[in-house]
Amino acid sequence: MTVILGQLFTGVSIGAVLLLIALGLALTFGQMNVINMAHGEFIMAGAYTTYVLQQTITDAGLSLLVALPIAFAVAGAMGVLLEWALIRRLYTRPLDTLLVTWGVSLMLQQLARDVFGAPNVQTKAPDILTESTSLGADLSIANSRLFILGLVVLAVAALTAALKFTPLGRRIRAVVQNRDLAAVSGIPTARVDRLTFFIGSGLAGVAGVALTLLGPIGPTMGTNIIIDAFLVVVVGGIGQLKGSVIVAFVLGMLQAMVEYLTTLSVAKVIVFIAIVAFLQWRPQGLFTLRTRSLA
Amino acid sequence: MSDAAGLCIRGLRVVFDGFVAVDGVDLDVAPGDIRFLIGPNGAGKTTLVDAVTGLVKASGSARFGEQELLGRDVHRIARLGVGRTFQTAALFEELTVLQNLDIAAGAGRSPWTMLRRRGAVPDDVAYALETIGLTERRDVLAGTLAHGQKQWLEIGMLLVQNARLLLLDEPVAGMSHEEREATGELLGRVAGDRTVVVIEHDMDFLRRFADTVTVLHAGKVLSEGTVAQVQADPKVQEVYLGHATDQDEPVSQGAEA
Amino acid sequence: MSALTNPRARAWLGFALGAVVLFAAAPALLTDFRLSLLAKYLCFAIVAVGIGLAWGRGGLLTLGQGVFFGLGGYAMAMHLKLADAGEGNMPDFMELYGQLDELPSWWAPFANPVFALAATVLLPMLVAFGLGSLVFRRRVRGAYFAILSQALAAAMVILLIGQQGTTGGTNGLTDIEGFFGYDLDDPVNQRMVYFIIAGVLLALLALTRQLMNSRYGELLVAVRDSENRVRFLGYNPANVKLVAYVVAAGMAGLAGALFVPAVGIISPALIGIVPSIEFVIGVAVGGRAALLGPVLGAVAVAWAKTALSERFPGTWTYLQGAMFVLVVAFLPGGLASLWGMVKRRREAAPPAPESTERVLVKEVAA
Ligand SMILES: Nc1ncnc2c1ncn2[C@@H]1O[C@H](COP(=O)(O)OP(=O)(O)OP(=O)(O)O)[C@@H](O)[C@H]1O
Ligand SMILES: [Mg+2]
Repeated sequence: MTVILGQLFTGVSIGAVLLLIALGLALTFGQMNVINMAHGEFIMAGAYTTYVLQQTITDAGLSLLVALPIAFAVAGAMGVLLEWALIRRLYTRPLDTLLVTWGVSLMLQQLARDVFGAPNVQTKAPDILTESTSLGADLSIANSRLFILGLVVLAVAALTAALKFTPLGRRIRAVVQNRDLAAVSGIPTARVDRLTFFIGSGLAGVAGVALTLLGPIGPTMGTNIIIDAFLVVVVGGIGQLKGSVIVAFVLGMLQAMVEYLTTLSVAKVIVFIAIVAFLQWRPQGLFTLRTRSLA
Repeated sequence: MSDAAGLCIRGLRVVFDGFVAVDGVDLDVAPGDIRFLIGPNGAGKTTLVDAVTGLVKASGSARFGEQELLGRDVHRIARLGVGRTFQTAALFEELTVLQNLDIAAGAGRSPWTMLRRRGAVPDDVAYALETIGLTERRDVLAGTLAHGQKQWLEIGMLLVQNARLLLLDEPVAGMSHEEREATGELLGRVAGDRTVVVIEHDMDFLRRFADTVTVLHAGKVLSEGTVAQVQADPKVQEVYLGHATDQDEPVSQGAEA
Repeated sequence: MSALTNPRARAWLGFALGAVVLFAAAPALLTDFRLSLLAKYLCFAIVAVGIGLAWGRGGLLTLGQGVFFGLGGYAMAMHLKLADAGEGNMPDFMELYGQLDELPSWWAPFANPVFALAATVLLPMLVAFGLGSLVFRRRVRGAYFAILSQALAAAMVILLIGQQGTTGGTNGLTDIEGFFGYDLDDPVNQRMVYFIIAGVLLALLALTRQLMNSRYGELLVAVRDSENRVRFLGYNPANVKLVAYVVAAGMAGLAGALFVPAVGIISPALIGIVPSIEFVIGVAVGGRAALLGPVLGAVAVAWAKTALSERFPGTWTYLQGAMFVLVVAFLPGGLASLWGMVKRRREAAPPAPESTERVLVKEVAA
């Protein structure tokens, strides 16, 4: 039983990171219909930001805390740049955006190799996060995972509140629900798009910081996790963040459980089949905005 | 295949996330009738057609001849002989006029025919090209046609599709006077013994070509009858009176985007 | 001059030219080493032909063709490994790992050459049929399909690596020596493999040309541009897409099968996410909606990769990324559309400014 609980918690913390990544994707996909494959490299940027900061601020705890806002800003800025330079020209061609941003992601990975070298690097976690907290009999949970969970809960709460209560949030929701109507109502949709991109990409940067606590940092660290994050968006549906929230945790736990019962390699296939099966039931994902279109 | 059948709708209801767009509509269109469906913007006219053609989920019943339409897939409904046009022309803009018509004519083709090249222009396609007056332009891309021609091409596609129930959503919106005339005549020729439902805001057009009229308002049938009967109906006048002082011109908004 | 204007005559001429280049010029001019490289590129070109059909004409962005390439490749390699080992023996790598006492049951049928050959094409088609019918029938949106196809590639690679004992893991199936009784070390036999690949490519081009020009081909474009409209005409678009996807999968499978004797290996690194998307870039560069564009693009990109990536791996990656960005964003019709533009300029067409979209169209209509 405790093994299963431990496994489930691992799933939860994987789900938490996935969620942080998927939120950004869901925002941009829902609002602009854009599939940004370079999102994975924003994660990488966040992770390397942590690494670089630790070279100057040697205190592991402090550098981690400083890294959070800076990684958010760095990744967010990269997102805005990408949106401005390329993506806004491609809003009518979502599949082409996917390929273009894949090209960008290749270049960013190479850039990381050139700057930081191809081998993985590692950051040092603050001592408190390398320990575990014991919960009852023989169940103990790594503090790093607890920290990540807390971070994600905070981020989701902040994002939800921002979308609900701030004027910017209202604008974003308006554009998601009806872009044309929002535009004629005087909302500067282009600026809203760019801001959404900033927030979504920034969250990827924060996810990158979190990932430094779980493993090494490398140029291709974004590639694999990004696919899982996309699957979260596919299954969760777009237009409403709660879909991503539910699905990220469910997928994380499902993956962890199936992995426990079988092996990692079989688990991937089973989860894939489960997703395709789920889409038979809900082809548009768990939650969806109904819009009226022929397309 | 032109034995006419009628459309019989009972208790049709469409709900979008709590908003009732079509609210218990009963509607009978006799075989061979040309029925106009009018009503203010947002009355639920397009939604009604969407429901009948399977695009949106609806409850109630819609029978065409002997066949229940609701609950079937869009392409199955089309195969039963129900054809429609769209408020904004929906053509394959990157294909030629001829290709558009040929595709419309071909839903019943065998896989073997599909896998071969089109030889000569099929008779029904040639006839439709003639009818809609686009024979000369058959090899241009549909996307480059003028607005009116696009609508005619859509009607031509219904012809070759061999639809026996035609549902036309604002076929003359945005057309010039001459184009309206031409479209009206085209409709007359196409109608033959088909059953036709036309959604239209244009009152001149309605008076000239309607057999019967149904007025929809806020998802419900407000009035039904001949053109004269409907125009004399005080309820109709009331709905439209807000902005139409000329009672002869109940719907004055005209074309919309 | 009429031969140049009549499309059918032009097509014959094109095929004749292609045959001369592939069967006479290339073998005469290239060294054995370069010819075997070309054989490899032509395998990629076969995959590209299928992607051109599914993506260029059908709008189905399939980012997981590596899965089908891999299924075909592994089916072929399993047979060849078994044949190398000889009747009743296990392939060398299984002996080496020593985890197994006997051949796994799912390997056994691949000893039969007819079964293995059929499987190289049918297995990919079957998987494509399964995924395609589930996804297309439920009208899962195109972007989701792209992501799912990519996720399938990721899952397949992880599965192959995880089952090292029976699949060779990361190494894949290597050291393939014979090809239906012919020794693959012999340059003469390598040439034979090249000729088979070239012949298959030409045959598949002919098949694809027929498909593109048929009524089905027109319908496929119609589905790509307005799926719902097609539905209202009484067609089920799911079936239309399914045909293109399954055909493309079969082609990728065949390409994978031919790749094995040409290169002597099949491994996860050749079929994962990255190679899968590299198949797409060749198609994009050459021109997704054209018939020959994908072939030429695939060969050119593969050639550039060989030429550059060994000496300047970093530069190559930047170049590859830049190609994706520039071609897809600014020249969606690929190089084939440049050709179309030049031709039209020469014909002194009215100087109407044409969008790239229109260029795609012209090719479709042609
Ligand atoms: N997919 C949808 N989701 C939510 N509401 C919808 C949807 N489709 C239509 N509606 C709403 O249903 C109502 C009826 O719309 P409908 O388009 O049927 O009206 P209409 O009579 O065709 O109007 P018009 O004359 O403007 O074409 C409108 O209020 C519209 O906003
Ligand atoms: Mg309407």
